[in-house]
Amino acid sequence: MAEKTYLQAISDGLRQEMRRDKRVFVLGEDVGVYGGAFKVTLGFQEEFGPWRVLDMPLSETAIMGGATGAAIMGLRPVAEMQFADFVSCAWDHLVTVAAKQRWRAGTPVPIVLRLPSSGGFSGGPFHSQNPESSFAHIPGLKCVCPSTPEDAKGLLVAAIEDPNPVLFFEHKHLYRRIKGEVPDERYVTPIGKARIHAEGEDVTVITWGAMVYTAEEAAKQLPDTSVEIVDLRTIMPWDKQAVLDSARKTSKVLVLHEDTRTGGFGAEIAATIAEEAFEDLDAPVRRIAAPDCPVPFSPVLEKAYIPQVDDVVAGLKELVSY
Amino acid sequence: MAIARVADPSGSLQEVTEQGLDREDLLQIYRNMLITRGVEERGHILYRQGKIPGSFYTGRGNEASSVGVATAMATDDVGTPLHRDMGVHITRGVEPWRILAQYMGRADGPTHGKEGNVHMADARLGLLAMVSHLPAMLPVAVGCALAFRIREEKRVAVAWSGEGAMARGDAHEGMNFAGVRKLPVVFICDNNQWAYSTPSHLEYAVEHLADRAQAYGFDGVVVDGTDVLAVYREAKAAIEKAREGGGPTLIECQTLRMEGHAVHDDAFYVPHELFERWAERDPIERHRTWLRDNADMTDEDEHAIVDSVKKLMNDSLQRADESPQPDPATLLDGVYATQEDLDTPHHK
Repeated sequence: MAEKTYLQAISDGLRQEMRRDKRVFVLGEDVGVYGGAFKVTLGFQEEFGPWRVLDMPLSETAIMGGATGAAIMGLRPVAEMQFADFVSCAWDHLVTVAAKQRWRAGTPVPIVLRLPSSGGFSGGPFHSQNPESSFAHIPGLKCVCPSTPEDAKGLLVAAIEDPNPVLFFEHKHLYRRIKGEVPDERYVTPIGKARIHAEGEDVTVITWGAMVYTAEEAAKQLPDTSVEIVDLRTIMPWDKQAVLDSARKTSKVLVLHEDTRTGGFGAEIAATIAEEAFEDLDAPVRRIAAPDCPVPFSPVLEKAYIPQVDDVVAGLKELVSY
Repeated sequence: MAIARVADPSGSLQEVTEQGLDREDLLQIYRNMLITRGVEERGHILYRQGKIPGSFYTGRGNEASSVGVATAMATDDVGTPLHRDMGVHITRGVEPWRILAQYMGRADGPTHGKEGNVHMADARLGLLAMVSHLPAMLPVAVGCALAFRIREEKRVAVAWSGEGAMARGDAHEGMNFAGVRKLPVVFICDNNQWAYSTPSHLEYAVEHLADRAQAYGFDGVVVDGTDVLAVYREAKAAIEKAREGGGPTLIECQTLRMEGHAVHDDAFYVPHELFERWAERDPIERHRTWLRDNADMTDEDEHAIVDSVKKLMNDSLQRADESPQPDPATLLDGVYATQEDLDTPHHK
């Protein structure tokens, strides 16, 4: 057990899997000599060689289509979009080919697609997005959004083992800011299981990614309120039972995410709670999310865009006093 | 200015034999082309009988191109044939009754009713099922070739596209990457001159699509797509070159789409004279004549083949029609793969 950053945990988990299973290989832009835009694969090419750490042309379609073909032929590609935003260029091969191939043609497509996502550092509208809900909507794809170093490693291992295309959303803001104890040995964190980040009695926050820490900060500012924080960890499949259990326990739920509000995955969670735990609620389910606009560049505007601790404090107060 | 090499027509029996085909192979090619057309003709009948839901697509005029290339592939090679490439499925050994069941959306089609028309493949025969977005399977074939290269296997992937699909970015990204890494993949472009109603002069501005190969750093070849033995010769050379580490080749097979885009389309926009001119080069008739002139195909040989194909078609039609409708309870089967699904020839 050692303390590691979120980024080190991902890098170590990937390296461990590549040492263990020679079917696993990495492809993406600048992942080889440069070690990836965020240095997740730094030193990989020296260890595994140029055919298992492939520097690709600026061709997201070839990355995703290539990963699909290699996966169908029995390899375990871990493809990287340099930024999650660029997955738009790989949409067809992810959604049209990979997601549907098992269902319609019987051939599984075991791919991991690593997606450095989300904002907080003036990346602007094309380097800051959280597109997870778009993909959670596509039958056949799985979506993973870890918030801790331990989960980042364990979920990456689970994603590589999984026989389906798994989108692995890495929160860029957490890469070097979040540290935690990470077991050295190999372990699997199951996809589809939430984690109770903080136990509480009065109100529940359902969230994932960096918003787990925003919720934690907000809870600290309300010492008289017992806040339960559920870190969903994976949004497709998602842990409906953990969400309903917590909703029934506290009877008040705030759904919090960094993606935009309309059609965001929070809407699915809120609808499910309304359908299945309506009788247990003491207040309407509340959502806090980014407003329905592109991610802005200016730090002032971006702060207005990404849900802040103060927004969550206000939301929690409102729920508690309902 | 043309850049790609224009291939010679097929030669004598001796030349063809030197390229690896014996008399039995040559008769088998004839038989496979007859089955290819036979399946699609039966499909038309089923469509008129109202037994095929949705639309219905054929590859009439493309039999030599599809059968010729598939004949040149080795057992362990893989391919991504499209909707004009029925001959690939037939040559690789897909049973015609299953194809007819697929057309009708029945339980015994390769996709068990989940998909229609030629959106099917038998993975055990090295085929990957196409999608409607053309040529989305081209970079997937490149990915298969990448797997072969990483594992240092002597296998080749064959990627099909039409001249219409060559206008899309997928084709560019896939061919560029394959060229950069010299991957063992052969690109077959079936240039049938029409993308739905759009003629080729509105699709590309080079003389031959195969000319583009030079821009990707590999060879381009133009071949008469109605001459099955010329197609075979060029495909064989390209596949073996790829197998030996020589990188990709782009082969443009020139044909004419002899029917509409699909059964609902009467192709009024194709000049009548064009159909007449290309009907004289019917690929099956051309090979039949070649066999009579060069390989001593007798009346007995020919009748035996034609009769056996007719019987195969009738039996297939009956068996397909007996196949049940899919069970609605299977709707969600396989949306997500399980670990057991990885127990396939490719994943072992």
